[in-house]
Amino acid sequence: MKRELVFITVIGADRKGIVAAVSTCLYEQNINIVDINQRIMTDGYFVMTMLADVAESYISMEELHTELEAIGKRLNMKIQVQHENIFKMMHRI
Amino acid sequence: MTFTVEEVYETASMISEQNLDIRAATLGVNLKDCIDNDFEAFRKNVYERIVFHGRRLIRAAGTVERKYGVPIVNKRIAVTPVSLIMETHVEREKFLAMARTLDQAAMDADVDFIGGFGAMVQKGMTRSERMLIDALPDVLSRTGRICAFLNVGSNVSGLNLDALNLLGAMLRETAAKSRDSIGCARFVVFVNAPEDNPFMAGAFHGVGEGDAALNIGISGPGVVKSVVEKNTAGDLTQLAETIKKTVFKITRSGELIGREMAGLLEIGFGIVDISLASTTAAGDSVAGVIEAFGIEKMGAHGSTMALALLMNAVKKGGAMASGNIGGLSGTFIPVSEDAGMIDAVQCGALGIDKLEALTAVCSVGLDMIAVPGDTPDHVINGIIADELAIGIVNNKTTGVRIIPAMGKQAGEILEFGGLLGRVPVMTVNPYSAKAFLARGGRLPAPVTSLRN
Repeated sequence: MKRELVFITVIGADRKGIVAAVSTCLYEQNINIVDINQRIMTDGYFVMTMLADVAESYISMEELHTELEAIGKRLNMKIQVQHENIFKMMHRI
Repeated sequence: MTFTVEEVYETASMISEQNLDIRAATLGVNLKDCIDNDFEAFRKNVYERIVFHGRRLIRAAGTVERKYGVPIVNKRIAVTPVSLIMETHVEREKFLAMARTLDQAAMDADVDFIGGFGAMVQKGMTRSERMLIDALPDVLSRTGRICAFLNVGSNVSGLNLDALNLLGAMLRETAAKSRDSIGCARFVVFVNAPEDNPFMAGAFHGVGEGDAALNIGISGPGVVKSVVEKNTAGDLTQLAETIKKTVFKITRSGELIGREMAGLLEIGFGIVDISLASTTAAGDSVAGVIEAFGIEKMGAHGSTMALALLMNAVKKGGAMASGNIGGLSGTFIPVSEDAGMIDAVQCGALGIDKLEALTAVCSVGLDMIAVPGDTPDHVINGIIADELAIGIVNNKTTGVRIIPAMGKQAGEILEFGGLLGRVPVMTVNPYSAKAFLARGGRLPAPVTSLRN
């Protein structure tokens, strides 16, 4: 089956409900979570990355951006969505 | 394929924190086949061609922007040099009418700028080219989106001083006719102008190009500054390595985005121009990078070597990342837009003389410098001539974008507002090369022109 993978990056101060809020949104839009990681970076930021398959998503990338941006605002976190190709280009030769 | 949190975070924060962006997506469009004996039909062809391509460019940019979360800041069109397509319509009123058509088309397509209102006059001038230069003050002061260029020299042809000698008067007239002298900000004079440069004001679609080509200018001085600040220890080799790795990553994202956009537009992908270009955003400053190396203020003795190191690392990192590096590919050091450059001028660390020296090791020349409005024509020509001689002798592109600030003296500030920001008016050497420049003719090409 064709997969279309995007990374969702959540950056900010750690708090309860981050995973719940993002994953609920993804579930409602028929987006499958492939992998989740999180870490406190050396500069003190909490960073969570989610690899998600948007191939069967009910909504477009643009709408997903808008939804996640709203969640980010509510949680006071920065949320970015980027197609995995950019990570392949930048970090793998 | 998996990525670590650190890798994903690095890419995400380059965009959200360090102002990585696609500075320019410039679509080169051939207009030669729009030419018609009937001038009104010709204008209609040009208008329709630009609006068609411009609208597609905007749509494709929006799609790719959303897919990768990388902002594409400026969308531009570059066209065949206008003097060339006007060769059979050499009338002043027609040049002005064509300028209005191009400006209107750019506005209706919603592209930021349209480049190519210019001429290649490195060896001589046709009637059309001469008329274009004469029309420039009216074109630049009466339109909002047209960018103009002249190429007055090359390694092979030498430098056409007769063409250059027209520019001081042309620029002063343009400044006098425009609000805040702003028309001059949309004109650049080059030697060795690249035909695929995506950056304005000098972009045009060269005669060696096909019907259309997409060229991408990518930029991230904020990203480079950030890695330099994190690597305060280490000698110059290590510093260069750090920058190379970062520029490699930046350029790869430009290559990816350019290819995808070209695919959507169903046209050939031209080049990635990896040039560090500042913006007015905090930290997005080339002077900031140089100062992060350990230079107290841009312009201090040592700055030229620091810039040479930066240029070298940028080019090497970029060359590894893309097989299509082109355009100017270097480091812009405009004395506007870049808060660090403006500071350096205002505190006396940087003057025109040092700026000229800095351009000997980087592209693209004296960019966005303001001089007092009463600077004589021949002094402006002298400033341009010196800078362009550096390009000719060193086998590289150099350009000059100079603004006589009408009604202002050295030390004052010329405010443009918007993307162009503000420019401090610089002190000019009061002595003259008038008699030398008045000799006219051509500066002979360097001995490297005899390679054949």
